[in-house]
Amino acid sequence: MALLEVRDLRLSFGGLKVLQDISFSVEKGAINSLIGPNGAGKTSLFNCLTGFYKPKGGSIRLAGRPITGLPPHRITALGLARTFQNIRLFKEMSVLENAMSGQHCRSRHGLVSAILHLPSQRREEEAIRAAGMRWLDFVGIAEHAHRLAGGLSYGDQRRLELARALASTPELILLDEPAAGLNEREKSDLVRLIRRIRDETGVTVLLIEHDMGLVMQVSERIVVFDYGQKIADGTPVAVRADPRVIEAYLGTEE
Amino acid sequence: MSEEATSLPAGQRQTLRRSLLPGLAALACALVLPQFANAYVLEVATTALLYVVLCLGLNIVVGYAGLLDLGYAAFFAVGAYTTGILTAEFGFNFWLSIPVSMVAACVAGIIIGAPTLRLRSDYLAIVTLGFGEIVRIIARNLDITGGASGLVGIERPEVFGFKLMQVQHFYYAFLVLALLTIFVCLSVERSRMGRAWFYVRYDEDAAAGIGINRVSAKLQAYMMGAVIASVAGCLYAAKMTAISPESFTFNQSLLILLGVVLGGMGRIPGVVLGAILVALLPEVLRGAGTYRPLVTAVALLAIMLFRPNGLWPDKRV
Repeated sequence: MALLEVRDLRLSFGGLKVLQDISFSVEKGAINSLIGPNGAGKTSLFNCLTGFYKPKGGSIRLAGRPITGLPPHRITALGLARTFQNIRLFKEMSVLENAMSGQHCRSRHGLVSAILHLPSQRREEEAIRAAGMRWLDFVGIAEHAHRLAGGLSYGDQRRLELARALASTPELILLDEPAAGLNEREKSDLVRLIRRIRDETGVTVLLIEHDMGLVMQVSERIVVFDYGQKIADGTPVAVRADPRVIEAYLGTEE
Repeated sequence: MSEEATSLPAGQRQTLRRSLLPGLAALACALVLPQFANAYVLEVATTALLYVVLCLGLNIVVGYAGLLDLGYAAFFAVGAYTTGILTAEFGFNFWLSIPVSMVAACVAGIIIGAPTLRLRSDYLAIVTLGFGEIVRIIARNLDITGGASGLVGIERPEVFGFKLMQVQHFYYAFLVLALLTIFVCLSVERSRMGRAWFYVRYDEDAAAGIGINRVSAKLQAYMMGAVIASVAGCLYAAKMTAISPESFTFNQSLLILLGVVLGGMGRIPGVVLGAILVALLPEVLRGAGTYRPLVTAVALLAIMLFRPNGLWPDKRV
């Protein structure tokens, strides 16, 4: 059974069909990519998977559980985390507090136990803090833990978004254009980091990316979109040779 | 890593240490004030402490969770009337009326919050504005609340057989309540739920995406604020022994909000300062006579112009 199974997913805004009968799956432990020209519907698909958009039809299953139409926080709690295309950190809070936010859905103490300073609440707070530090360390920005998130360099903000998503201990992480705005060195760091996510934590990775070099280098399977439809699905080699993909990216000869 | 991971971050530890000494000095002054002050000064100081409690409560809603509440005095009224009705009409003990008020405030918070907190904050402002007026108008028109003339004969509380009567007794009672409220705010703002409020305030969608139930987080902030206001209301009713709907007008809600914004939303010392200013300003400006509203308005405009984040703002901003 695949970790993520999308069947006949449909989404439209008014008369505009954003996604038309999309079906694909992601195996556990894989690194897969979604590619396609701008406006192909990739981010809309991510928004459906994470509960920000309600699809018009079709089903989404995570580890066999239907998650279609659930609110975002429930989906995250079930093990699907995401990053955003335009970085969305809590810029006015510390780097560590950002990383700790991922642990919210894995902890349970509320207001009353905080006011009473229960020992179990204190222990949980320490565990949340330690987990936040561990993930900052994993992405390599632990030394900035007590700075404001908004003060980090662009590349480090991207890393922090990853740490925050990983801190929710997901089974599947969706990365929306993680390489956007990074220089070549940062991109090769990112490739290494994505591989480490899968190899060291066992988290499955699905990414949207425009940088073809990065996509071909890191993905084991690629799903190609154009105009809200899936036009190809296969290994990087197969996808690169697919005439429909070439057509979508380069246009047809008259 | 292990050391950093288990202790407070350096910045927070520094802030705590830096605010400890001024805090203790302020507390010492507050403790000895009744030895030197006359009844008038003590009365004003007691009002200031009442506003400290109310502003800290509203700060949870506005400063932590970022929800604009224009009807906060309604929860203050719920507490005051619950104590008033229970002690004056049904002969309840004052202390027993506090938990009942807290439950009543929670219920009122859920009734008004559950349907509206799904909306974006500008709608919430309108609904809370209406809610504040509804509570006041209900109080004006029911028999049990004494109508427009209000309730009289509210029981004065007893502490171990000692009845709180004089102004300095209530001064100390409000001081204890203010300290308790500060303790509660400090405890929650560094807790899991407290952080969730800030996540929701700074970026609702990112907060939802990271696994935070935004409606539940907002509702908890709203109810927590409601409970604090209601407890302040209980003690206020006991101090006044008589309450009327005119103590809980829109103006009252605005004054409390003013205290929160004036001092600096989200940060406890700033809010305490703002609350004290709101209580003191009308008294200090008494000499200005009929020009008082004008002078107050100019002073506030000047503060907002030169310190837009409040007099003592959140360092994070």
